[in-house]
Amino acid sequence: MHVKIVCRCEDITEEDIIKTIEEHGCSTLAELKQLLRLGMGHCQGRTCIILAAKILAKKTGKSLEEIMPSFRPPIIPVEIGLIGGKNGKEI
Amino acid sequence: MEKKSDVVIIGAGINGCALAYELAKRGKKVIVCEKNYIAYGATGRCGAGIRQQWASKENALLAKKSIEIFEKLGEELGYDIGLRQGGYLIAIHTEEEMKQAKRNVKMQNSIGIPSRIISPEEIKEIASILDPNGMEAIAATFCPTDGHANPFKTTYAYANAAKKLGAKIYKFTEVKGIKVEDGKVKRVITDKGEIETKFVVNAAGAWSKEIAKMVGIEMPNKPIRKEALVTEPLKKMFECMVISFKHGIYFSQQEEGQILGGIPSPEEKIGYYTQPTFSFLKHMAYMLGKYAPPLKHVRILRQWTGFYDVTPDALPILGKTSIEGFIQCNGFSGHGFMVAPMVARLLAQLICQEKLDMSIDKLSMERFKGKITKEKAIVG
Repeated sequence: MHVKIVCRCEDITEEDIIKTIEEHGCSTLAELKQLLRLGMGHCQGRTCIILAAKILAKKTGKSLEEIMPSFRPPIIPVEIGLIGGKNGKEI
Repeated sequence: MEKKSDVVIIGAGINGCALAYELAKRGKKVIVCEKNYIAYGATGRCGAGIRQQWASKENALLAKKSIEIFEKLGEELGYDIGLRQGGYLIAIHTEEEMKQAKRNVKMQNSIGIPSRIISPEEIKEIASILDPNGMEAIAATFCPTDGHANPFKTTYAYANAAKKLGAKIYKFTEVKGIKVEDGKVKRVITDKGEIETKFVVNAAGAWSKEIAKMVGIEMPNKPIRKEALVTEPLKKMFECMVISFKHGIYFSQQEEGQILGGIPSPEEKIGYYTQPTFSFLKHMAYMLGKYAPPLKHVRILRQWTGFYDVTPDALPILGKTSIEGFIQCNGFSGHGFMVAPMVARLLAQLICQEKLDMSIDKLSMERFKGKITKEKAIVG
C-alpha cells in the first residue's frame, strides 16, 4: 500500500487531509491545523504547509495565495534559556 | 441559506457551538453565523484550562457545574474532547495573598470544590519540575479536579453533535445588521442573506461589542490582545496547570507533551492588535526559567495572539437585554472555555423558558449601573 506522508512531524497523510476537507468542508489551512495538528509539530509547517496548501487549492479551487498562512515568530525554535535572561535578570 | 430559525447564534466559538447543541437537543431550530471558521477567535487560541478555583461564587459555580458536564461530555456528544484532570496549582506569594486564598478555599469548599492550601514541599511533590524559590511562592492552592480539555476537539464535538440534531453552522458568514421592530428582534442580516428569528444570541467574543451596537446596546467590554507560546513536545513531566495571579503567568504540559503558556505582555494594549511581540517572548521565557528551571533547555516553537473580551468586573455578561430576544453570551474575560458547558445549558433553559439550574440575574448588564465587585482570581 502506498501512503503519502504530508506532515512528517504529526504523521499526517494526503488521504487524512482529503478526508478531513471533505468531511468538515474545510477551506483553510487553519481548519486542517485544528482538526489534524497539521504543521503544529517541530518543523512548524516548514516542510508540509506548501504540500497541504496545494491539496487544499486543488480541492477548493482557491489559489495558493489565498490559502497560504501568515508567518509567526520565532522563525526557528529558540531555547527558553537563551532568551530568558542572564544572571537571573530579564534581557 | 435557511430563511427562518428559532434562534440565530452569532459566533461559532465554544460558547456558540455549545449553545447550538443545547438548543438543538431541546428541539429548537438553530443557525450559527460565524464570520470566519469554527474556533477562530479566543476558543482556538486559549490555554484550554478548566479551573474551579475562583474568588467569586458566580464564576466558581459556573466552572464547577461545567466540570461536571465536561466529565461526561465525550460520552454525551460521541466525540473525544481530550479531557485531563491534573489539577490547578495556584502560587501564593504574600501573606495578603494567603488571606485571600484562605477565603477562596473556604468558599470553594462550601460549594463542593475540593481545593486546599499546600506547602512549598507539596508543590515539589505535585510537580517536581517547579522551584518554589524561583516562583517566590510561600504556599499554593491546589484543586485536583481542575484540568484541561482540547479546545478544538471540544468545540468540534459540540458543533458536530449540534449538526446531527439539525443545527446549521454557516462559516464565513458575517452578520451585517440586526433588524429590531417594536423593541423585539426580527431578523439577522448577513452577507449571505437574511434570517427571520425571534432570538439572537451575541456570542461573538471580542467582537460582541460591535454586534451589540447593531441593536443600539453599548457594552463596556474591551478587546485585549493576549499572547501565548508553545514549546517542543517532551516526555510527560507534570500533570497540573501552574498559575500565579501576581505574575499573571499560566502554563501546563499538554497531551502531546508540549508546554503551553502565557503571561501579560509588557506591551499589552486595548484594541484589535494581532501582532505577536518579542517582549512577551522574552518575559515569558524569563518567568518560565524561574518557575521551572529545567525548561531552560527546552525550545519554543511558536507564539500567537488572541483576544480576551474583558468586562469591568471580569465576569461574563449573560442573559436578556432591553431588546426582547437579544441574548448576551460574552464578556468571558479570558475564561470562556471553562464555563461554556454550563453557560450553554443555562442560556438554553432561558430561551426555552425552562427553570434555570442556577440564577444568572447577577450576570446581566444591569449590574454595571451599580457598584461592581471585581473578580480577584484572574490570570493571563
